[in-house]
Amino acid sequence: MSSSLVNLVIAGVGGQGNVLASQIIGRTAVACGWKVASADTFGVSQRGGSVMSHLRLAPQGSYGPLVPPKRAHIILGLEPLETARVLSTYGNPHTKLLLNPRPNFPLAVLIRERSYPDLHQLLSHIRNQSSEVREIQAAQLAETAGTLLAQNVVMTGALAGTGWLPFPAEAYKRVLNSIFGSDQSKSKKLDLNLYAFELGYQAATHAAQAS
Amino acid sequence: MNAEVLLDDAGREVLLTGNEAVARGALEAGVNYAASYPGSPTAEILEALAQAQKLYPDRLYTEWSVNEKVAMEGAAAASFAGLRSLTIMKCDGLNVAFDFLTSLGLSGTRGGMVIAVGDDPSAHSSAKEEDSRYLGRLAHLAIWEPADSQQAKEMVKAAFDLSEQMGQPVMLRLTTRVCHAATNATLGPLPKGPAPQAIIAPTDKFITWIEGHKAQEERLLGAVQVANRSNFNRYLGPDQPEILVVACGPSFHYAHEAVEELRAKAEDWGLGSLNGIGILQLATAWPLPEELLLGYLKSARQVIVLEEIEPFVEDYLLGLVARNSSTLGQTVVYGKHSGHVASSNGIGLGELNPELVYRAIAKAIAPGALAPVASTATPSSKPSEAGEQPSFPGRDLAFCAGCPHRASFWALRSALELDGRRGIILGDIGCYSLAKGRTGFNAFQTMHAMGSGAGIASGLGQLWRFGFSQPVVAVVGDSTFYHAVVPALINGRYTQSNFLCIILDNQTTAMTGHQPHPGTGGGAAGDPLPPVPMEQIISGLGLPFTILDPFDIPKATAGIYAALQQPGVQILILRQTCALIATKREIRPEVYVDPDLCRGYNCSCFNFCSRVFACPGNIWDDQRGVASIDQSVCNRCGVCISLCPAGAIKTRTEEDVSHEQLAS
Ligand code: SF4
Ligand code: SF4
Repeated sequence: MSSSLVNLVIAGVGGQGNVLASQIIGRTAVACGWKVASADTFGVSQRGGSVMSHLRLAPQGSYGPLVPPKRAHIILGLEPLETARVLSTYGNPHTKLLLNPRPNFPLAVLIRERSYPDLHQLLSHIRNQSSEVREIQAAQLAETAGTLLAQNVVMTGALAGTGWLPFPAEAYKRVLNSIFGSDQSKSKKLDLNLYAFELGYQAATHAAQAS
Repeated sequence: MNAEVLLDDAGREVLLTGNEAVARGALEAGVNYAASYPGSPTAEILEALAQAQKLYPDRLYTEWSVNEKVAMEGAAAASFAGLRSLTIMKCDGLNVAFDFLTSLGLSGTRGGMVIAVGDDPSAHSSAKEEDSRYLGRLAHLAIWEPADSQQAKEMVKAAFDLSEQMGQPVMLRLTTRVCHAATNATLGPLPKGPAPQAIIAPTDKFITWIEGHKAQEERLLGAVQVANRSNFNRYLGPDQPEILVVACGPSFHYAHEAVEELRAKAEDWGLGSLNGIGILQLATAWPLPEELLLGYLKSARQVIVLEEIEPFVEDYLLGLVARNSSTLGQTVVYGKHSGHVASSNGIGLGELNPELVYRAIAKAIAPGALAPVASTATPSSKPSEAGEQPSFPGRDLAFCAGCPHRASFWALRSALELDGRRGIILGDIGCYSLAKGRTGFNAFQTMHAMGSGAGIASGLGQLWRFGFSQPVVAVVGDSTFYHAVVPALINGRYTQSNFLCIILDNQTTAMTGHQPHPGTGGGAAGDPLPPVPMEQIISGLGLPFTILDPFDIPKATAGIYAALQQPGVQILILRQTCALIATKREIRPEVYVDPDLCRGYNCSCFNFCSRVFACPGNIWDDQRGVASIDQSVCNRCGVCISLCPAGAIKTRTEEDVSHEQLAS
């Protein structure tokens, strides 16, 4: 097994666009000549359940699509509660984490049967468990880009901005182009997503300089 | 879909999901006809092929059929005429098509015909985990199972060849971690030139009769020879292994990793080099390559079988070892029967993952040295499997914000409460299946296969003669209505049964990704097919029906209540577009909570909007102690506006917006 294998887990909630984020990252890696195996849970989990995407990225070799427990190198957290959940199973003291701190409330919380963990405690719990955490205010950035729906693309841009993966921003943008830009009518959508990506990219780079 | 599936660029390496790879393999094999009814995990195969139809309309026809049986019949028709055809379904769909399939195997086929079936171990997007290999075997088919996208793509091509060689369909068994996993795949060339001429000669006969059985058994013997030589059965390890791991599907990759990891630890555990372990990917699941297996079994005294759902291969292997005990000596087979291969839910349940496979192999070869392992985890939608810590609330599946089903079940529940006779609600299969849980107010008392709710209703509606006096409501979806509900309605009218059938018409097949169906019109590739309105069908059945909007809760409730008071079979169509489609189509005005009107935490409404109606868009602003709308979630259906007892939820009119702009 090559030591350059990167295990990445994306944690989120159904409807948040995990699958798109995982597709962008995976296709970027393949375009850069890497081998990828990824697994998404979708289907009914689109409807508000916990959703995880696993990505295994390596310059060569072939891997199964699932990350073994405790072996995540990077967690891309689209929601704090789901991030904490995934961290407890797949994280280890060296896991790096990129986090969108905006909560999405489970049904049990809405109906007041459970309460959402105190956000400050939750975030410090997350920080205590990983070697490096960068928080990205993806909701604000996505709104700036034009729609809250672009939070996942902001986070993908942020991942590119961390430099944790060796792929240049241009490679991601080419993939965004092929997903959103295949015809004229889509060009507005492409611009919006490229902007969202860029905002995330900048935010991650600044977060790194600040820390 | 990844547009690279369709690229005419042989040799290029791209990232494809297993579903995309199956579609690509079929295209490379020159498929002419593809038909399916959508089901997870295989719904995306036909979606990709439908895109291809747009590029190659002379070579390829695709359709979303009304159900899996009709899909398979159409694909068989193309095969009879000498074309290559593919039919795609999930394991439950194979049950629907199975009556035809057992006949088709006996009658035989001509052009290559491949049946791709998706099994969903752990039932990530299903109601059950069924192992379709048993049905394939019962129909005397050859069954192949790929481990990843590259192999899936190549396997489809070879399966078309095998089907033509055998003169009967070949089945591809796909599991979720192949269908929805993405791995590198190298594109092959796409066929050029015109499609073959479809023709059935006067001498071509495809008739099911008993003589066909003998022919089938003979064809299977041919398939064994193919399996013995097949490159899809990959092997890693020494020529004469001491320990043989037989791995099916994606567990081949898990086994490879697990063995590498065990080797790294072998010295610490005093296990020697572990160089005697061989891993065989058994891709030809049925018929099994006996000669190939016996070759490895000569030296291997321990065999570990890894496969998803039932011990299909394991049982066969146990038999093979028993039949050859005089030459093989003592061989131990580990797997589900021995308890070595077990998920956290138990033996024979759930899908395999790297950790389970690691544990199974470690337990078999080094039981004493097995280090304690962390809790089992797979990426799962089910909170119980997600390695949850007690302080974290789990996440139930829920209807989307603004889903018409939430409003429909609210109205139905209210009407049944008004009625007061303990009416019962019979469920069915679709997004609205979630109504078995809290998001649908725990509405369902039965839920089975597609169309079964209406059939059960027809039966319950006869039980008045035994003193049964509860109103009966069958809830079905629009796609389900066409798929399997109509015969039950005919039965209900014919036998003069008594029940209300509510059709939740959200004008799409929502659950599987919004495919068209007869009621929506429009073909798989977007071809302009006129709809077959359900009203016409229901009128033709001579049944009374009413159409209402579930978002108008008072009217919908009154309509349901009125229908409950009528004898005979009543039909109510609750029509409102699926939220995910509606929000893409129209721009609705923003919905917000007026904090001055909201009664807040400690009031008579008791957090009515979020606590009782429980749309994920209705959240709570804990700092101010009032309700609020999560704008990144709300789909602006406006239902909570009519439900709020204080009138605090409003839509932002253009006037409000300009006021705010002035103020800021
Ligand atoms: S308007 Fe109300 S009920 Fe409708 S989606 Fe928004 S929050 Fe939910
Ligand atoms: S996809 Fe459509 S039908 Fe299904 S839960 Fe969401 S809104 Fe409802």
